[in-house]
Order: sequence, then structure tokens, then C-alpha cells
Amino acid sequence: MPGAIYAEGLVKTFGDVRALDGVDLDVPEGTVLGLLGPNGAGKTTAVRCLTTLLRPDSGKAVVAGIDVVKDPDAVRRRVGLSGQFAAVDEYLTGRENLQMVGQLYQMKAKAAKVRAAELLEQFNLADAADRTAKTYSGGMRRRLDLAAALVVSPPVMFMDEPTTGLDPRNRQQLWDVIKQLVSGGTTLLLTTQYLEEADHLAHDICVVDHGRVIARGTADELKAQTGGERVEVVVHEREHMETASEVLRGFGKGETTVEEHTRKLTVPVTGGAKLLAEVIRELDTRGIEIDDIGLRRPTLDDVFLSLTGHVAEEKAEENGGPAGALAGKGKEARTGKSKKEATK
Amino acid sequence: MSAVSDAVQVAVPSNPITQSIRDSLVIAKRNLIRMSRIPEMVIFGLIQPIMFVVLFTYVFGGSMKIGGSTSAEAYTNFLMAGIFAQTVTFATAGAGAGIADDMHKGLIDRFRSLPMARGAVLTGRTLADLVQTALTLLVLAIVALMVGWRVGTTGSTDALRVLGAFGLLLLLGYAFTWIGALIGLSVRTPEAATSGGLIWLFPVTFISNAFVDTANMTPWLRHVADWNPFSATVQACRVLFANPGVSESEAWPMRHSIWASVIYSVLIVLIFRTLAVRKYRSATA
Repeated sequence: MPGAIYAEGLVKTFGDVRALDGVDLDVPEGTVLGLLGPNGAGKTTAVRCLTTLLRPDSGKAVVAGIDVVKDPDAVRRRVGLSGQFAAVDEYLTGRENLQMVGQLYQMKAKAAKVRAAELLEQFNLADAADRTAKTYSGGMRRRLDLAAALVVSPPVMFMDEPTTGLDPRNRQQLWDVIKQLVSGGTTLLLTTQYLEEADHLAHDICVVDHGRVIARGTADELKAQTGGERVEVVVHEREHMETASEVLRGFGKGETTVEEHTRKLTVPVTGGAKLLAEVIRELDTRGIEIDDIGLRRPTLDDVFLSLTGHVAEEKAEENGGPAGALAGKGKEARTGKSKKEATK
Repeated sequence: MSAVSDAVQVAVPSNPITQSIRDSLVIAKRNLIRMSRIPEMVIFGLIQPIMFVVLFTYVFGGSMKIGGSTSAEAYTNFLMAGIFAQTVTFATAGAGAGIADDMHKGLIDRFRSLPMARGAVLTGRTLADLVQTALTLLVLAIVALMVGWRVGTTGSTDALRVLGAFGLLLLLGYAFTWIGALIGLSVRTPEAATSGGLIWLFPVTFISNAFVDTANMTPWLRHVADWNPFSATVQACRVLFANPGVSESEAWPMRHSIWASVIYSVLIVLIFRTLAVRKYRSATA
């Protein structure tokens, strides 16, 4: 049985740009899928197709058991969408915004009112409920936007870069809200450029680039694909680097890399924490003073780098080649621009 | 949380027409609240027509021949129907800018992801603009009375006929906001919608009977002016107000101006509503 969100061979082109080039997704009920990729990878287009905002050119998409193309209105009644930029009316108060959305979800005016009050309380916006959203901070707007998506407690939620542009404190707050939501049984598809975010929130991750899913699995599976752990040592004295290198060679499973200017040595290892303790003891015996030592596991950044050959965040600027330049001019690039203006 | 949600999740709308009306009213209310929170927009919308009333009355009044008279008084009475009609059509720019702004801010995406009636976002906006237009007309009529405008100067009229004239003006304004809605959905920024909504209105409102007697125009231009949908409403207002300068032209819309005004406005609504709603369905921010 397909999951709460299911897509098969989803294709969407804008002119010459294939924003989605055959995307397959399957999100089991009650789980979180992180759609990870750089700007212009097709994440937003995927969300727009799945939430009925765009009609895919071909392929199949089923959300909450309903075909997105055949019965979009039934899908709309069962999904919540929280956009890339906070889509709330800034001249309406928080309460008015939520009441309006409730009524447009076809709730009776009275029920919409009760629900709005509930959500304002839940999202820590009760004090600001009767102020216009214009006066809200970025974090408050995101929370209001998220609350608007949750008015009918939809079984399936889509969040398009929910924390882009938020400061760390607000990001953490929003993460907590999202985790709470998922623990209540909601199925969530989340897009993000932040590898840390996907690692933190998602059960499964799909890495997307140029409209295609280039890797999928749990965070740990993806990291394992990239290779194992390594020991990193920063020695205090430059003279000790040679001896330290010798020590590491004894423990390492591969070549030691040496960075002269930062006095950092890195070597791939197997054996985990136990081995790390041995390395420390050995360095100590030889009288080498160390500034820092650690066992590093690959981050999703490393995953992305090894999969695509470029770092996730830098990609937007690196779009030098003709294919990249085209992709950058797609719909996502335009949305990205208006996002910047909206946050001003 | 779930007690409330279970009840609403399955709430399938009853009847598409009642749903459409209800959703449109929710959106209209939202736009009216917005307008009340940005009063400067309403005020600036008033300054321009008031300026036109005053400028045209005092600058052109006395040098225009209307219905055989060059008196300033005759021109003032002639002018008002034209200014009223021009003012209601300028609501086009407001509707366009508002909808472009909603697109730009991602609100249209929000609305399109909701299980609401498809045309309601646009209908709600045009209804709110209709309320604003009515308010503007009210203020403008008071200013017009202050500079000497009177109804029934060339014959007899009554309250019903005067209200009928204002009804035609509101209908014309409503029709034009649908053109604005289409413009707003077609451009990328609110600024573009404002200028895109205004520029073409100048030829439309000036190549007409609004400010001058079309009898003095070059024949081909006069023909355009006589068949201009905008002219029909202006002519109908002069007839209903019993104000001077009713065109003697034989063109059908000038002979049957009240009918012509209604038919033109309804046609504009039908055409542009269809186009705008279709555009809305496929709109992408």
C-alpha cells in the first residue's frame, strides 16, 4: 500500500527547464521525509505539484490516498501547506488571519474562531493575537504561517523551507513545534537546504539535484555511503607535527592528511571511541601537546559533496555551466527572489 | 486538538454556489479590513478625482461650449458625470495592485492550497473595491455639490433616476476591477500592476464624451468616442441627472445609453471574469 504521500515519475517542465525530471517518492504514514537539495534543485516544484498548486506534466501523485490531478479539492481538504515565505496577510491580526483560513477551510465562523484561539495559544502567539502580523518578528510570522497550515489538523503536511532565514533560537523553536506535530501522527514532507535540519527532523531523506532524486535513505545510511569515521588532531607545537603524523599512521586505515597552517592532521580509522582513547594515550606518551582531538563522523555536507561534487550551500553561486544557469532561471529562482524581498 | 479537527476535516461543502458566495464574502471582509488599516491608500484614491473636479471646473470652465452655452456653470454640470465615471474606472489600478501584491507575498499560494471556491479570491477583491468605489463616489458627489454641481438643470429628474445613474457608475467600476484583476494576475509586481492598470485608462477616458463635446472631434475619433463603452455610461448619467451636454450623435450607444451602459458593463464582467479566473487557476507566484 502506498504511503501518505506517493509520487511516481513526476515530471514538470518550465520551457526548456526540467524542474522535475521523474521524481519518485513514498512517505509512510506518520513519518517525515526531508527533501534535501540546493536552490533550483526542484524541491519547491515538487511541493507545488503535490499540493495541487501546479499540475505535473506527467507521472502520478497520490496524497492522503487521493490522486492529486483527479481530485485536487479533496486533496486540499486534507493537506496543510506552509510556504517558503510566510504567507500571512500582514495587515490582518494573527487572529483574523487564522479565522479567515479556518473559514476558507469551510469551517463555520464560530468554529473557526474557537480554533484560531486554540492555535494562537498553542503557538505562543496569544499575547500578539490582536496585533497586525506586520508587527511580528520573522519567527512569529513563521509560527503564524505554520498555525494557518494546521487549522484543520491535516493528516498530511508540506513545509517548504520552514526555517530559511530564521535565527538559531527561532529555528530551534520551530523544530520543537514540528517534532510535536509529528509525534501526533502527522505525515510531513519537508524541504530544506540545511543538512542539519534534515538530519534533525527527518526519518528519511531524499537528496534532490537537477529535478532528480540522486540518493535516498536514513541520515545514517547516507553517511555510511560516504565512508567511515576519521580522527582529527590539532597539535599545539608545529615541531610536533611530524611525530604526530607518525603516531596516526600506526592507527590509520589510510593516508594521513596534514594541514600545515592549522596544525591539523586527519586520518581515516575504524574502531571508534576505543581507538580514539588509544591515540590520545600514545600521543601523551610521546609528549605531544594537543589543542584539539576528535572522532569525526561524516556530516550530510560530506554526503552532499560526495554525491554531487559540490557543496550544497555554495551551489547557487557556482551555477556557471549552461545547465546550471538554466536551472537557476526556473521558477524557483523567482520565488527565491521574492522571498528576499518579503523578509525585508 | 483532534476533537475540533475531526469535525472539520470531513466538512464537505454543501452547495457550490453558497460556498462561492460565502468564500467571496470572507475574502471581501479581509480586503475591507486591509483597506481600513491602510487609510492613506483610500485617501490618495480620493485626492486625484477631487483635484480633477477642482482643476477642470476652474481651469476649463468658461472656455468650453456645452449645449450652446459657454458658462462655467454649464461646464460644471456637464463635467461631473465624466469625472464620476473616470473615478470609478480608476479602481482598476487598485484591484490589480492588490492582487499582484497577494501573488508576490505568497498569499495566492495559500488561498490556492485551500479547499475554497476558485473564483472567490478575485470576487472578494472586486466586491471590496466596489465598497471603496461607492465611498469615493459619495465623497466626490459632496465635493461636486460644493463647487456648484446640480442635477435637473436641463429638465426634470428624480431621486430614483439619480440613484440609477450612480448604480450604472458602480456597475462600470465593478466591471473595470475585473480587468484590473486580470492585469494583477499577469504582472510580476504590484508596481507594474498600478501603472499597467492606469496607463490605458487615459486614452479610454479621454477619447470619450467625459470632458469635451464629441461633436467637435475629427469624425473618426468621434466614432471611437461614441462607441467607447465608457462614453455610454457618461451619456446615461447625463440623461439621468438631466445635466447638459447629452450627445446628439446617432450612434446606437448614444441613442440608448442606459441599455448600452448595462450591456457593456455586463459583457466586460463576463469576459474578464472568465479570463481572470482561468488565469488564477494556473497562477504561480
